[in-house]
Amino acid sequence: MEKTRTKLAEGVYLTRLPARKFKTSLLSAQFMTPIAAETAAAQALLPAVLRRGTMRYPDMGALSTRLDELYGAEIDYTVRKKGECQCVGFVASFIDDAFTPGGEKLLEPVAELLGQVIGNPVTKDGRFLPEYVDSERTNLVDAIRSILNDKRDYADLRLLQEMCAGEPYGVSRFGDEKSAQALTGEQVYETYTRLLSSAPLELFYCGSASAERVEAALMAALSNLPRKAVQAIPQSQCHTARKEVKRVTDLMDVTQGKLGMGFTCGSDDFSALMMGNTLFGGSSNAKLFMNVREKLSLCYYASSLFHRQKGIITVSSGIEFQNFQKAYDEIQHQLKAVQDGKLEDWELEGARSTLCNAYATIGDSQSKLENFWLGQTATGRNDTPEALAEGVRTVSPERIYEAMKTVSLDTVYFLKGEGAEQ
Amino acid sequence: MKKEFYERIGETVYRETLPNGLPVNVVSKPGFAKSYAFFATRYGGMDTRFCLDGNWMDTPAGIAHYLEHKMFDTKEGNALQELAKNGAEPNAFTSNAMTGYYFDSTEKFEENLKILLSFVSVPYFTDESVAKEQGIIAQEIRMIEDDPDWQVYARMMGALYQKSTAKNHIAGSVESIKEITAKTLYDCHKAFYTPGNMILTVVGNVDPVRVVDVARSILPKDCGPNILRDHGAEPEGVADKATERKMEVSMPQFLLGFKCAPAAAGEDYLRRSLIGNMACDLLLGESSPLYLRLYGQGLINTSFGGAFEMMPETAYLYAGGDSRDVKAVAEEVKKEARRLAADGLDRDFYERVRKAAFGAMLRGLNSFENIAVSLTEGHFAGYDALRFPQVFDGIGEEDVLAFIRDELTEEHAAMSTILPK
Repeated sequence: MEKTRTKLAEGVYLTRLPARKFKTSLLSAQFMTPIAAETAAAQALLPAVLRRGTMRYPDMGALSTRLDELYGAEIDYTVRKKGECQCVGFVASFIDDAFTPGGEKLLEPVAELLGQVIGNPVTKDGRFLPEYVDSERTNLVDAIRSILNDKRDYADLRLLQEMCAGEPYGVSRFGDEKSAQALTGEQVYETYTRLLSSAPLELFYCGSASAERVEAALMAALSNLPRKAVQAIPQSQCHTARKEVKRVTDLMDVTQGKLGMGFTCGSDDFSALMMGNTLFGGSSNAKLFMNVREKLSLCYYASSLFHRQKGIITVSSGIEFQNFQKAYDEIQHQLKAVQDGKLEDWELEGARSTLCNAYATIGDSQSKLENFWLGQTATGRNDTPEALAEGVRTVSPERIYEAMKTVSLDTVYFLKGEGAEQ
Repeated sequence: MKKEFYERIGETVYRETLPNGLPVNVVSKPGFAKSYAFFATRYGGMDTRFCLDGNWMDTPAGIAHYLEHKMFDTKEGNALQELAKNGAEPNAFTSNAMTGYYFDSTEKFEENLKILLSFVSVPYFTDESVAKEQGIIAQEIRMIEDDPDWQVYARMMGALYQKSTAKNHIAGSVESIKEITAKTLYDCHKAFYTPGNMILTVVGNVDPVRVVDVARSILPKDCGPNILRDHGAEPEGVADKATERKMEVSMPQFLLGFKCAPAAAGEDYLRRSLIGNMACDLLLGESSPLYLRLYGQGLINTSFGGAFEMMPETAYLYAGGDSRDVKAVAEEVKKEARRLAADGLDRDFYERVRKAAFGAMLRGLNSFENIAVSLTEGHFAGYDALRFPQVFDGIGEEDVLAFIRDELTEEHAAMSTILPK
């Protein structure tokens, strides 16, 4: 069964991913909008406020009751960043028709409820309820602050903020604390009407229902959206390389240091960079894991991530403070090894298999499928996981080295303990 | 080989116990690209004192986890890399009562299964390799110690339990792991990594006969001894009513634990687990009156939640999350438990929670890992985890109410708090 993409209304598209092997079905609705420092927090707050209640189910108790009746169906709000696009909306998951104890069909009632959450939120005098806005704003501010609790995530975020300062990609998916704190009910409602009328709305369904049923359920659920001039899905700009490496150190009361390094990529050979990154630090077979962790015991983790929509690679590691220079040198040394083609055949084959395995298993998980196709849609790509696997399978070692030679250090971030010696 | 079809959840399981005593489960999953293998021993962080060859041994905290790290070493090199070369995604975890090794792969499944079974059953340590691992594990321990979620949980367990090794830190401490040598690791492997103490579960689109053949050809012929363990005689009552610590966190967080009576092995164990989880949903789940009220008052956010957990001779329910006023929230949880015990359960709400709980368990069957771990836990505790719909049928409102009344009381409670600096 093949994936299909159908236009349902102005700027509203349904991507249908037919599958019979899951116990559940997934339904997702995502507004695609440019990420920007000025609007990120308001756009992140919106789905949380909408999730508080609809005109028919006006509070969380009424909504939860309805979801419990639908065999514990879930409607979660989501805020994601794909390239320089902020995707905000809802992902619903519910038992597939084959497994409801009484043979009930859940697609239609869940789609209807999702449509209510998006298009018919509880309002008073043309505004969201102030108590919902206030409490969700507090939650958003707490969520932004709580990134501090996981020092690994925090260090990764700080590296991106510093590396991409002034670019949309440097903006966190939730926006910043100060903007979130200052949000008013009016702003959130304006954001709502703006997204509802003009942001591209991407729908995803994965499950066993026929195309006709899915389309009919969604058309009925979303028939009243006031669609006007719909914007295009925003595209990412590539990061411009720095002339001089930017270095930033933060001090905090921690026992383990975090070293983050950001690199720019000058090549657009996607398959070659995917392979290059996997060889460098993208798997438990990679240079970073084998050397920085296994051989030199410098850290518990050291890995790299290729941000394909932005054309950068970031390295994340947890180290003893006094090992900063050793780890820093070794990470660069390992990048050089990949650039110089100092790779065994098994490393190349292992990286290929790792990536092909990852692509092949996307279809085994509904949430991975949804997330993958959302990312593809956000970047205007239509390659299937199979096509990407094929690209990786056929890329030559020389192309990998060539592409990796364009990778150069841009920003270094160090999270250090207060009072630690260096 | 026995084939069983579970009609209500649409799963098929093939089962066979090998002559050496190892049970093998194969859960058939047509249509999926990946296959998943899970090989586990009934040995975890709580099994530090046990009897081997007639001698009671006290081993350092963290040894099961240390052993897990070192099992990947082989005479030829490292099994992690061997599996990764085939594109498999291998890993392992150590919990309180179990150590599990697993991989998933889309090709060369049989070859990968052979690698998994051999490296877990054949130990290869040297004093040098054991010493080298200390740096890596010490870093892992430091990373965990910086994690407030771990701290609040570990401190709650320390407050709930006086003697039981359920409160052991699974990874041990930077100090305790220094005592671990190649010799102690070999002893522990000999005691616990035996076919009679292990189970293999495969989930995927594979031939069950081939799985059994591979296991038979690779694994040792001896079943191994039944090892007595001492988890500590746990007295009634909690160790501490409250524990508190300051850390670099953005807002206070807490866990309120209730020490519950453990369940006997067999289907009662599963029954009790379902009852405890329903009690948790009724008391503080997202559609409970308590959750809605506290959320509306801004006292809790979506981090608030709870769970009912069981391990050998141990059961506890906990609730917690981030809050500006952790004391007030903890008091409200206790008050709500008292109210439910006194007034009884709301009929409609109970029925809804039951529906939702069933849906959540069915949803869990989308995850291969979850299926394999549930079947393994079930085997170690003497029940069949896939019989949950039938066990659900036998649970009534009065069972859940009795649990709330008897277990969620003031004298069973202990509070762990992390405060911002």
